[in-house]
Amino acid sequence: MLNGSYNSTNAQRRNLETSILLSGALLIGVLFVAIQTPAQNTPLISGGAGFLTNTNAGNTSYLPTVMPLIAAPLGSHALAEGRATLLEDFFPKGGDQSGYSHVHYVALTYMQLDYLVNSHLTIVAGEFLTPFGSYNERLTPIWISNFEDAPLSFTLGIGTGSSVGGMIRGSAVSTSDYSIDYAAYYSAASSNQNFSSQNSWGGRSSIYIPRNRLELGASFARVNAQQKTNNVGVHAWWEPGDSSFKLRSEFDRGTHSQGYWMEADYRFSRLGGSDTGIGRLEPVFRWQEVFRNSPDPSDGLPSADTREIDAGLDYHLPHEVRINTSYSRQLSSTGNRNIWQTGIVYRFLFPAWRSK
Amino acid sequence: MTLQRRFAMLGLLWVFALPMLSQGGDTPTGGNNSRGMKKRDHQNAVPQGDGERKFAQNCSRCHTPPESFSPHISATIVRHMRIRASLSKQDEEDILHFLNP
Repeated sequence: MLNGSYNSTNAQRRNLETSILLSGALLIGVLFVAIQTPAQNTPLISGGAGFLTNTNAGNTSYLPTVMPLIAAPLGSHALAEGRATLLEDFFPKGGDQSGYSHVHYVALTYMQLDYLVNSHLTIVAGEFLTPFGSYNERLTPIWISNFEDAPLSFTLGIGTGSSVGGMIRGSAVSTSDYSIDYAAYYSAASSNQNFSSQNSWGGRSSIYIPRNRLELGASFARVNAQQKTNNVGVHAWWEPGDSSFKLRSEFDRGTHSQGYWMEADYRFSRLGGSDTGIGRLEPVFRWQEVFRNSPDPSDGLPSADTREIDAGLDYHLPHEVRINTSYSRQLSSTGNRNIWQTGIVYRFLFPAWRSK
Repeated sequence: MTLQRRFAMLGLLWVFALPMLSQGGDTPTGGNNSRGMKKRDHQNAVPQGDGERKFAQNCSRCHTPPESFSPHISATIVRHMRIRASLSKQDEEDILHFLNP
């Protein structure tokens, strides 16, 4: 979502056309190869569609959004996949004007080709989500994230969110007692609006202990932009066994700023099951702080030390529909603000075509 | 936006939800379903075999399981998750066997 821009200019209309052409080419390409694949390997279309509202410091925006993903196996060792974001942002005109204005936003989030070399190694080429921290690769889809907004420190280490180049990743070890995974990447600098990225390299590794349902990970990213910066991150996720409680946390440090977030949620599925009226409720809570060490308008973090508390209530309706509601209080020397967010999100998952 | 409008918006969302709540027990199933098509109480499920245990440990760490999906895409889902979650080939095979026994 970070590598696009709002506009309605001719240049960006051309980018939109290019995006559509690229997506079409990907679809046609996989059709040729995947049309004869075994029945379980039918390409899929997945993702989320939602209607979100965001009231920030008294200004309300309305955001109908679709984030479709296509994944198509190519033979027994490869997978082509891509995700896009399409949204329309309706926001108050501001000033003395009444009414709303709107802008649209269409962008490829990633488009990559994966090749499974063996049980422990996968090679990825194309535009891929930068493997730094735990949020970017795992929690950005709107049907997964507990809150509408990513954490304040989200952009540390990931730049535009996507990288253009190559990556190796996989499971280094997987036993019944623990598993270790890794990812290492190199990204070229690209100013193309469809494939925007910074020159960078880095990686992430994490260990998961099933007995304790505990995951610990560390990330590193070296960004060679106008300023060369090193970014490090550590994350810890914990889900107590036999419980519906989840605790996720991450700390990231860049050259000019640092921050952490802790997010907890608990689904009341213990009260009669996850399909009951109460069992569908999921209170969510997040505490986060970012610290500004020195000015850097390019790192995406607030310009001053900021802390924020987010509290919400999600409700899981039948048929893959979820309602999200949250209230956030942001405290900063540049001003305090209230943020109210609501949304209804539908998750879809179906074959790209009917197969026999 | 006034406080009243915020609460009105929240109220509208919940009113919209009520008709769907009344269908809480319904489950989309079909004769051609795989094991994954059947509605399961994943939140309270006690993992049984390797595949179900790995499914619960890896997939549910990030998201709730889908209520249902076509058996025609089960291998595609698992391959996609193998890459995203950095699963081993054995993990992939066990989860696929759980979804499509």
